[in-house]
Amino acid sequence: MSATATTNVSKKQRRPELRPGEAQPGLPRTVLGMILRIALCLVFGLPLVFMIVSSFKPDLQIFADLGTWKAFLPVGSMNLDNYLGVFDRVPFATFLMNSVLISVSTVALGLVVNSMAAFALSRITFRGHKVVLGVILATLIVPFETMALPLLWWVNTIPYFDGSQGWLDTYAVQIIPFAANAFSIYLFYQYFDSIPKELDEAARVDGAGWFRIYRSIIMPLAGPAIATVSILTFLPAWNSYLWPLMVVQTESLRPAMVGIDYFKQLNVSWGQIMAYASMITLPVLVMFIAFQRAFINSIASSGVKG
Amino acid sequence: MPKRTAKLVLATLVAATLPFTLAACSKGGTSSSSATSGGTQTLTMWTHNAGNKAELAAIQQIVTDYNASQTSYKVDVQAFPQDSYNQSVVAAAAAKKLPCILDTDGPNVSNWAWAGYLAPLDGMDDILSKFMPSVLGKWNGKTYSYGYYDVALNMMTRKSTLQKYGIRIPTIDSPWTSDEFTAALTKIRDSGAYQNPFDLQTSSTGEWWPYAYSPLLQSFGGDLINRTDYKSAQGTLNGPEALAWAKWFRGLVTNKLIPLKSSAAPDKDFLNGNTAIIYNGSWGAADATKQFGDDMLFLPPVDFGKGPKIGGGSWQWGVSAGCSNKQGALDYMKFAAADKYVAAVAVATNLIPATDAAAAMVPGFEAGGANDIFRQYAKKYAVLRPPTPGYTFIATEFTKTAQDILNGADPQQALDTAVKNIDANQASNNYFQ
Repeated sequence: MSATATTNVSKKQRRPELRPGEAQPGLPRTVLGMILRIALCLVFGLPLVFMIVSSFKPDLQIFADLGTWKAFLPVGSMNLDNYLGVFDRVPFATFLMNSVLISVSTVALGLVVNSMAAFALSRITFRGHKVVLGVILATLIVPFETMALPLLWWVNTIPYFDGSQGWLDTYAVQIIPFAANAFSIYLFYQYFDSIPKELDEAARVDGAGWFRIYRSIIMPLAGPAIATVSILTFLPAWNSYLWPLMVVQTESLRPAMVGIDYFKQLNVSWGQIMAYASMITLPVLVMFIAFQRAFINSIASSGVKG
Repeated sequence: MPKRTAKLVLATLVAATLPFTLAACSKGGTSSSSATSGGTQTLTMWTHNAGNKAELAAIQQIVTDYNASQTSYKVDVQAFPQDSYNQSVVAAAAAKKLPCILDTDGPNVSNWAWAGYLAPLDGMDDILSKFMPSVLGKWNGKTYSYGYYDVALNMMTRKSTLQKYGIRIPTIDSPWTSDEFTAALTKIRDSGAYQNPFDLQTSSTGEWWPYAYSPLLQSFGGDLINRTDYKSAQGTLNGPEALAWAKWFRGLVTNKLIPLKSSAAPDKDFLNGNTAIIYNGSWGAADATKQFGDDMLFLPPVDFGKGPKIGGGSWQWGVSAGCSNKQGALDYMKFAAADKYVAAVAVATNLIPATDAAAAMVPGFEAGGANDIFRQYAKKYAVLRPPTPGYTFIATEFTKTAQDILNGADPQQALDTAVKNIDANQASNNYFQ
């Protein structure tokens, strides 16, 4: 089903037309629904409002306003000092660009690697492919913290592109270990399995090989799965914190999340933390708002929740 | 996904990955601890103060001076943010990629020395004799690090507050006694004028708990471990003195003298007038003085029987054991120990200069200066956290125990459990021999 068709169906499902003689929903029910929605908006929106409003306030005022509604309102002394402080303390543009670079590269590489792996598991029958799928799925239960040290050993031991030993202190070490992802493989596998195999057979009759089928038949039909995997790969890559701390020493290679530690000195600069957090949240927020319909459709179509 | 959106996403991906193809294959700065180029050996140095521009600039100036003073070595600084610095160091140690010169928080020195991260500062005894004992990192009779500054815990309050409630202003020679302090807090609490009569900053995490609260335990007569041989905490952490500390500690909550959990920024609560007395480090003095001027008081900690105590030891510099050019690293360490550099870092941080000569050069820390009181506290009251490699475990165990006690656990039982765990850890590591 195309994305457009999905969108139309969703719209119809959200607003069912009343049949003749069917009663309007009761006013109390409508009001209750509205109240619930507003409450949910507040629960998810107020922390963001607090972050943005506090980013314009001096530290003392942030804490003086806590416990009252003033904490969420642009009242009192408002200025750009915290933002100026951020630029004075942190190479913000470098960190932001690094995060964009690392996240987008991880997504791009991940889409290719994981979709190919899933295609092989879904379409090519070979001895033990169920076992391979089982082993891949089993890795889902291993938390990253458990693998961090062995992974560090690996990336410090294997030779780099230039022939030197180890991958530490590079962009590549922040990207390549996270390209292959068991959950993404499983998502693609599930989606590819739902695409009729007759399409492959027709292509084979026309002389297409496995790669041509993957590139020209399967991937163009896998839009929702691609979008879902992109989101689910992008967010952890953008929020990456522990791994860069372990493998990157040069400041110019650090991603944005590590930058937040720059403000936690003996005296914590809360206003600057809020300003920095606002600035690194903004690109993700803008991206989500711009593509929210595509995201929601893709998640709905691929059956992933949360 | 609509076609236009897909194209936009694709274009973004291509645009963002293009630079990657160029940059991905190059490595960052000096990744090894020491490298040679044109006869000059480069020594990598790591520091925790990436987020502290003034301190980093002072360190950078020392390095610039050193690099200009000779041609054999060139020191290259890599700065890390303080909050995650230890994680970076431990990961680098696991990968055998420690730099030649690095700084470390004082209480970690013995553990890092035992673990083979740090090498002793051989041949520096004469130079280091001028430093305050609390800024030297020692283990097994050897010195592994020295620091440019120390910090001092104190009771911050306002003269007007004490005068309003008729509370005596204590001095370094006549600090508050336990009874006097309790009476003072009770008066403030009963007035209802403050949200928190006293704030121990219990919302702080990490090293704050052992750094700030173990001196209170020591003032009662207890300690984290028996310091004669560092083998057991039996009797020191669960004896009658420690029990008295635990009961007093919990009593602060039950008597509503402190909040069970402080706010996210207790220092701001004090500056906003919500807290009457706050237990804080000297790093908070500048902001407090700016807010309250001459009304500010930085009082000695309470004497609970064995005299007032405060924690000693802050960030210190050392040489890594794996450095392939220890001679060069030690050469830098000797150069950087000059009083003028101690003074320069103290000026940048507004913390206590580690040598007398440096203190005389730093405005405010000279004898009789506004900040001299902190130096006196550090000299008179400072107790180092136990210099045993097991300290990192002890610190975690003490933090957990103190939190349990504060939350209402049976004090004796909590202390006994801590002792059992600490003793087991020391024994399982063969007492770090």
